[in-house]
Amino acid sequence: MRKLITALLLAVAPSLVFAAGGGIQLDHANIDVSNKEAIQRGAKTFVNYCLSCHSAAYMRYNRLGADAGMTDQQLKDNLIFTRNKKGEQTKVGELMKNAMTEDYAKEAFGTKVPDLTVIARSRGTDWLYTYLRTFYVDAGRPSGHNNKAFPDVGMPNVLWEMQGVQQAEIRVDDKGSRHVESLSIIKPGTHSVAEFDQVVNDLVTYLAYMGEPMQLERQSIGFWTLGFLLIFFVVAYMLKKEYWKDVH
Amino acid sequence: MNKLLNWVDDRFPLMSMWNDHMGKYYAPKNFNFWYFFGSLALLVLVIQIVSGIFLTMHYKPDGALAFASVEYIMRDVPYGWLIRYMHSTGASAFFIVVYLHMFRGLMYGSYKQPRELIWLFGMLIYLALMAEAFMGYLLPWGQMSFWGAQVIISLFGAIPWVGDALTLWIRGDYVISDATLNRFFALHVIALPFVLVGLIVAHLLALHEVGSNNPDGVEIKKNKDENGIPKDGIPFHPYYSVKDIVGVIVFLMFFVAVMFFAPEMGGYFIEHANFVPADPLKTPEHIAPVWYFTPFYAILRAVPDKLMGVIAMFGSIAVLFVLPWIDRCKVKSIRYRATIFKVNLAAFVVSFLVLGYLGMLPTTPGRTLVAQIGSIVYFGFFVVLWYTSKNEKTKPVPERVTK
Amino acid sequence: MTTDTVDTSKRRTLTLATSAVAAVGAGFVAVPFVASWAPSERAKTAGAPVEVDISKLDEGRLLTVEWRGKPVWIVKRSNKTLEDLKTLDDSLRDAASDKEQQPDYAKNASRSRKPEILVLVGICTHLGCSPTFRPDLAAADLGADWKGGFFCPCHGSKFDMAGRVYSGVPAPTNLEVPPHYYLSDNVILVGEDGSAA
Repeated sequence: MRKLITALLLAVAPSLVFAAGGGIQLDHANIDVSNKEAIQRGAKTFVNYCLSCHSAAYMRYNRLGADAGMTDQQLKDNLIFTRNKKGEQTKVGELMKNAMTEDYAKEAFGTKVPDLTVIARSRGTDWLYTYLRTFYVDAGRPSGHNNKAFPDVGMPNVLWEMQGVQQAEIRVDDKGSRHVESLSIIKPGTHSVAEFDQVVNDLVTYLAYMGEPMQLERQSIGFWTLGFLLIFFVVAYMLKKEYWKDVH
Repeated sequence: MNKLLNWVDDRFPLMSMWNDHMGKYYAPKNFNFWYFFGSLALLVLVIQIVSGIFLTMHYKPDGALAFASVEYIMRDVPYGWLIRYMHSTGASAFFIVVYLHMFRGLMYGSYKQPRELIWLFGMLIYLALMAEAFMGYLLPWGQMSFWGAQVIISLFGAIPWVGDALTLWIRGDYVISDATLNRFFALHVIALPFVLVGLIVAHLLALHEVGSNNPDGVEIKKNKDENGIPKDGIPFHPYYSVKDIVGVIVFLMFFVAVMFFAPEMGGYFIEHANFVPADPLKTPEHIAPVWYFTPFYAILRAVPDKLMGVIAMFGSIAVLFVLPWIDRCKVKSIRYRATIFKVNLAAFVVSFLVLGYLGMLPTTPGRTLVAQIGSIVYFGFFVVLWYTSKNEKTKPVPERVTK
Repeated sequence: MTTDTVDTSKRRTLTLATSAVAAVGAGFVAVPFVASWAPSERAKTAGAPVEVDISKLDEGRLLTVEWRGKPVWIVKRSNKTLEDLKTLDDSLRDAASDKEQQPDYAKNASRSRKPEILVLVGICTHLGCSPTFRPDLAAADLGADWKGGFFCPCHGSKFDMAGRVYSGVPAPTNLEVPPHYYLSDNVILVGEDGSAA
């Protein structure tokens, strides 16, 4: 009987942790969406490295400006590199779209390039942080790279100049599936490991912010609402007590 | 003011409606914690209708635009995010409240004679609510919306002979598509809300006709004073209206806490995969319905045969309809019923929770075994109840309600 | 029940207090719903200020641009036209532009920032038609003393070359001057007053 119970508990216990991670250990990203400097740095990396292929088609430049403390002019000077058909610079109120067509993306990467506006909400920040740091060379892939968090990924390793080139130690288990045991840098990039981790952390902070730009506002409204309800509760409870004197 | 009231009253039964349902509706004075959830369900209904109406003003029921329009609401519409989170939190809150409300009914025998019809209306409300929630979940047009609907609609394919034609008809296309989205939208915002409100009115009219049950399961109408007023009854207004306001405020504190601090509720209220637009060519790694459907989903998966699984799943809901006739014990409240009933009910609740938990997880052989045991316990509740309730050794029920 | 010991005034006070707090709460709840009807960020972007280059605009000509879905006219007036404006005061309804149909910086004789450049919203103040530009002096259909201006074909309202309405026509007020300022000598930004306003 006890064995049965243990077996049952074991069946239920390994809970939702596995559901999202696809089985691998994720590194922990240190996310603080109230850190405006981190969001600014992350946004810069984002527009320079991500926005050429990916879009953020639900996010407006001036929303970023308002939330991260940048003027329209700063946005135009530092972040807006896209132009419209007439050749004019994209306006600050516009959405973060890019010029790449879906057909071109399919040809180049063999897949649709996902929009990144809410990617932090679907993938989670730890996954993104791990994914962006675990590309390794793999001659068997068209791009020459593979990834620990996203096996056989179509995306090239765009951040390699900063990070350098990583090699993986692969273990093949008895079922024939491959596991990345460890990664080591075989050709250093322009950034040290710590510096690069910081760059990615900032980028993921930006993605977390972009996934839900109103999250700080929502929490502050939440506190006020709870405070109001507390006052309401006191008054309503006194009223209830007063009337229920009749009953008790 | 009085003059105006009289003028209206000569033309409309305002005072008599007020008296029938509030001012002179006598409710037992011993309602406890569990009796808050009826009025709370009504509150959530109002929240859903109001927030829903405002969402339809910005939402686009179009396969090409739906996902983007939800993000438009979240970002571009002033306070759109607040209204959307109100609606998404409200959906889960509705089921939490309704499940607790139903559990109250099970504990205190509120489904028994003379309240069978209240229970039946309630079950119909529950069914309509599930349909409403299911169709509403398609509208954000994310991956979970799409594949969740795909799985549920495919269930109808298990019906012999007509199954395939039926699923095709429901979808209006060979896959879930714009056509499906558009019709679900119509049903979600117009048809089912009408049905729900109608059923709720019937539920309340039936309740106010026979009077409320109470934690002692005593009929207060059997003990009336010289004015014909139940001795253990107090007018709903002001006593329960002021009490329910307190309940509403406490409930709103929880509601607001989720809405403003954890609107996704860790992926249980808004699933992570639903932040990826619907893609008919790519199934997410793991599909799970929203938490309020998972107990039934677990029963479906526990049965290793498609048709039988579907029958078991629908049966697990259908059997609740006949509960008033399965439970043959004359004593209503759990307070005066035999230990076997208490154990049986506790097992039922545990099986429901375990099944709900399993329904969210990917299957493994071990989990399937647990789900099968859980399903047996779930149905076992009704079997055991049928056999033990006829000659149950109950405690004496008091004449009047206890404090 | 012991109704004889009920403190009715306390009950009334508490009921009032609860109702008051509830009313305040209802007010708070109404805010997001009411606010959600205001123009969204998308609408604001579409209605963002418009830059207009007037370096190629000839004297006596009219340039139409779209701002917030409405036509905005930019007219370069000659000195003669500006002189003519002064002679019309008696036949106008609001010659001094007293009604607030223009920002303060355009409340002057020419109704503009720079005397020769007129910026107007091209919507008749009567019922919302868009008047036609009639710079032709003494036009046959408008009378011998017509000094040029705008004529609304819908109901016959007439405006002079500063958008001021003539008396005796259906339109009640002068044409509206939108907020605008000069980014440089030849570039106008329509839709914003500018910091120097």
